[in-house]
Amino acid sequence: MIAHAFFFYFFSFIAVVSAIMVTVSKNTVHSVFFLILDFISISSLFIMIGAEFLGMIMLIVYVGAVAVLFLFVVMMLNVAKQKNTWFKSSTNSAHIPIGLLVSIIIFFEVIIVIGGWKYKPELSNKIVVSDITNTHSIGNVLYTDYIHLFQLSGMVLLVAMIGAIVLTFRKREGIRRQSYFKQLSRERNDGVSLVNVKSHQGVKIDD
Amino acid sequence: MIEIGIGHYLTLGAIIFLIGIVGIFLNRKNVIVILMSIELILLAVNINLVSFSIYMNDISGQIFTLFILTVAAAEAAIGLAIIVVFYRNSGTIRVEEIEKLKG
Repeated sequence: MIAHAFFFYFFSFIAVVSAIMVTVSKNTVHSVFFLILDFISISSLFIMIGAEFLGMIMLIVYVGAVAVLFLFVVMMLNVAKQKNTWFKSSTNSAHIPIGLLVSIIIFFEVIIVIGGWKYKPELSNKIVVSDITNTHSIGNVLYTDYIHLFQLSGMVLLVAMIGAIVLTFRKREGIRRQSYFKQLSRERNDGVSLVNVKSHQGVKIDD
Repeated sequence: MIEIGIGHYLTLGAIIFLIGIVGIFLNRKNVIVILMSIELILLAVNINLVSFSIYMNDISGQIFTLFILTVAAAEAAIGLAIIVVFYRNSGTIRVEEIEKLKG
């Protein structure tokens, strides 16, 4: 129990501090790194509480794919070094105080919700350890009861992939690409022409 | 204090959720940080689902966390593609300078 408490406070402290650093750090690359740290500490919490499969999946998906995607875009767009103009901007619009006000209101609402929370009496405050592993039980349910949702999430990923490719695709002028269709549909009339060459004059080929 | 119950995990989720929302509201830098704040919000939702799933001994919460993970990855990919296209067209992704909608 003491180890559980110690590791919970350790990882959640790191998670909260790095989440704050994501929003306030001046350099966008640092924000991405703190996002990675946040995901790593939360997935350690998941592994500690008993959801090992999800913790590992979060490590793979977020740290391995999403964070690298963010890093690529940040480095591609050359926006890493931008001055942080939180409260001292010259063109200070009205959205900072209104944003602060709404944030404070939401904060107190969540405080009220958490403070007024009553647990159901049958909700045990202990982690129930079952004899089959976490991955095994997820697989038991995911491929039977939730098979349609599983396939739909595959469709979501497919649509996202197609959408990202279609959005960022562009035809650039001045770049010669190989086009199999053009190559194969070339006729004799397009490519070859018969020229009468006069003697001692040669021929001019446009190139 | 030393006994970690479900309330501790819910509080952690609420704190990270709030940090994500404040990050969206108070952002003056670029749109990528807003996307990262959305990722933080989804992470907080995942914490809630997983902690309820563990403490109520019901696996469905973890299944839905998997689906949220899928949707979050798709959303990040599409959002970053939109940001790349926007940067190509307008040359900036600073939040202050995006004012085409006169908002």
